Amino acid sequence: MTATTYGIERWTPLSRISVGTSMGLILALAVGPMVLNANSLDKLTTLFIYVILAVMWNALAGYAGLVSIGQQAFFGLGAYFAVRLADAGLSVYPSLILAGVLTGLVAIPLSYVMLRLKDGEFAIGMWVVAELLHLLVNLDTLVQGETGTSLIALNAYDAATRRVLIYWTALGCMAGLLLILFTLLRSRLGASIQAIRDNEEAAASVGVDVQRTKRVIFVLAAFGVGLAGALYLATSVTFQPKTYFSVQWTAYMIFMVLVGGLGTFEGAILGALIFFAIEAWFGAAGVWYLVGLGGAALLFSLFLPRGLWGWISRRFDISLLPVGYRLKL
Amino acid sequence: MSLLDVNKLDVRHGLLKAVREVTFSVEKGERIALVGANGAGKTTLLRAIAGAHQSTGGQIRFAGSDVTAMPSYQRSKAGIALVPEGRKLFTRMTVTENLQLARAAGRPGAWTLEAVLEAFPNLKPRLHAKAGTLSGGEQQATAIGRALMTNPDLLLLDEVSLGLSPLVVERVYAQLENLMASGATIVLVEQDLKRAMRVATRVICMLEGRIALEGRAKDLSRDQVTEAYFGLGRAKPAEAGAS
Amino acid sequence: MIWFNQMLQGVLLGGYYALIACGLSFMFSVMRIINLAHGSLAILAAFLLFTLAKTFGIHPILGLAIVLPVMALLGWLLQRAVLERSARGGQLVPVLSTFGLAIVIDNLLFQAYGADTRSLTPYVGSLSYDSWGLPGGIFVGKLAVITFVTAVALLGGLQLFLSSTRLGQAIRATAEDPDTVGLIGIDARTVNATAAAIAMVTVGIAGAFLGMRASFNPYAGGQQLIFAFEAAIIGGAGSLWGTLIGGVVLGVAQSIGAKIHSQGFLIAGHAVFLAIVFVRLFLGPQTYRIRAAFGMGK
Repeated sequence: MTATTYGIERWTPLSRISVGTSMGLILALAVGPMVLNANSLDKLTTLFIYVILAVMWNALAGYAGLVSIGQQAFFGLGAYFAVRLADAGLSVYPSLILAGVLTGLVAIPLSYVMLRLKDGEFAIGMWVVAELLHLLVNLDTLVQGETGTSLIALNAYDAATRRVLIYWTALGCMAGLLLILFTLLRSRLGASIQAIRDNEEAAASVGVDVQRTKRVIFVLAAFGVGLAGALYLATSVTFQPKTYFSVQWTAYMIFMVLVGGLGTFEGAILGALIFFAIEAWFGAAGVWYLVGLGGAALLFSLFLPRGLWGWISRRFDISLLPVGYRLKL
Repeated sequence: MSLLDVNKLDVRHGLLKAVREVTFSVEKGERIALVGANGAGKTTLLRAIAGAHQSTGGQIRFAGSDVTAMPSYQRSKAGIALVPEGRKLFTRMTVTENLQLARAAGRPGAWTLEAVLEAFPNLKPRLHAKAGTLSGGEQQATAIGRALMTNPDLLLLDEVSLGLSPLVVERVYAQLENLMASGATIVLVEQDLKRAMRVATRVICMLEGRIALEGRAKDLSRDQVTEAYFGLGRAKPAEAGAS
Repeated sequence: MIWFNQMLQGVLLGGYYALIACGLSFMFSVMRIINLAHGSLAILAAFLLFTLAKTFGIHPILGLAIVLPVMALLGWLLQRAVLERSARGGQLVPVLSTFGLAIVIDNLLFQAYGADTRSLTPYVGSLSYDSWGLPGGIFVGKLAVITFVTAVALLGGLQLFLSSTRLGQAIRATAEDPDTVGLIGIDARTVNATAAAIAMVTVGIAGAFLGMRASFNPYAGGQQLIFAFEAAIIGGAGSLWGTLIGGVVLGVAQSIGAKIHSQGFLIAGHAVFLAIVFVRLFLGPQTYRIRAAFGMGK
């Protein structure tokens, strides 16, 4: 019997091209302020925020199997912390990042309680947490209840500088989070994550520490969404709790991930792009736009749960990012 | 006309072909013992006949009608009853509730609650106990009783001795004796070859999804069946069509 | 005496919460699905009653004669078109699909009725503010008492239905083992659709009582879902009666919270809910498994 030689590889030619292109794209985007006009910069900043939201919600639901209807808790918290930090005298842009970190820290003790809940109970439980945090934030006199306040510290910069700085911060955060997630997925923890995604019980039976893995994802997602909230605050300047703690944000995240592709990196990014485009074209349609979003989420979850990317990657057997292992015989 | 006609039936279990082109018939009043090693396809075959498992090819005719596409609850109403492997009782409900639920099949007949209790007197003191608290023998009796309450024309029994001690198995079969003597049509999966050949009129032996041997119980020797069971030597080809 | 009064009001409020929670609880124990569109459907019922009252002058209680069959039909369709398929898709799908549905319902309501808050109080005469005087200078609202009594009656009725009727037993059996019920002639799909229809009828009733005691707007569904969920989870253990207990605990917590702080009503409710979840998870994993807690009758 001849011995079969085999090798294990992680990169395929296609994934090399994809990753290379992505890095090139990010570098190109970095010089955006030199070539793009103000409107485009604003739009791209918003897109970066959407990408963060989509990728984070996907990490939580698609990889850790945790569907949360309460991620707006962290979105609002991130913005709130940013307001508080700026008010305390910290420089604006660093306070955005720190706000994200603080949100992540809050998520740690929260995870010990919430992660014990299952499925639907976890989903709505997180919504309850969001509601409670909303109410508590309203109590802060700085926020003035639903009237809200503004990130006044931004006035230190003129509009043009502000725009460029927030653009770079958002781009940096997005790229940073994508990198963290990418590295995580390629690591041993990443194998655990994908195992849990595919079959939690089986994963536990081969020694995966399911709870710890989920906790890491939960906290990372909180950090990411908190960052997104702080970034969004920087673009819109005003902080009205009702806007940031609205369940609408989770609705957007769900739409992006379901339509793009649940459980895949590429899918979440695709979903963010699609959502961005749809919002640009149909956002003005008011309620029908929202009906469309909800309806799309409903239809995709029933008929195409793996989303568009899931369909594409199955149909054409493509995987752009090297997060798996390939056995080469 | 046969009561049950199975014609070139194919059933998959996931990607595995558990039942391959199985063809046989059952006449009214016959008692068929379905034997074979674990994984031979016996349970899948019974479930497919009862409609609990969708077949992928072939045909099943019952009492003259084609039931291949019929869902399980309609086949139950038509007169096929399955006592599933593992009993599958409603553990949170009482014995009485388990039995009376079967009236949903809508087939009045000789099997009433009283008749079932006559046949399985060990259930009488346990009527109000939750099915999950019953002993193995009591659970088996309840499961068989539940199937009987649908007043079936064809009774399928899947491994009634599974998980039961030898004494209890004796008792269950003693309880079934009257049923068998009354001329009920039965297909029974049984691991114990000696017992199977004793109660059955006909024996079908399956191997890897196909029928390896078929014949009247009194015509076949234990050795012949054992050979077919393990696939040793050359197994007798299956007899096609009605016998 | 003030505190006693607050607690009493809280208990009566709990009657409403039990009412809105019982459909959610029932659906979960039968189909193991938490329907995130639950609250929005209650609001839909309230709006339907509103239209009947405003445009056709039909008293809301009488309007139920029209709205409840509509809700039953909606429940049937919901089960067959959405929930049945969702249940096959794994654990994530039911949450996602029902959430999408909730968004669709909320925004269609907004499209139809606009942003204004509405209420059924103008159409029920003095029922919404009449009260009975009790010794000690305490007043209890007639509507609140009627709501509480209705909740008890409904829960009791459902309990009786599940334990004593053939359909109720079929529902329980199907909940436990949908494959095996087919073997004894029960059509699992029809049974589940009927259960969903029943759940929606309770939702319709809850919507009516919500409209009669308070106001609502197209986006109020989320809030109602959360209250229903909190009441159901707090009550958790065993039978539908747990839902009544949960509702009362929630109502009392909120009422006492309102007395303590102007914003305390909602905060107290959510805080007590989370506290109970925390305590239950860490101190009594053997006695209170939240999943098993949604048992069906004792």
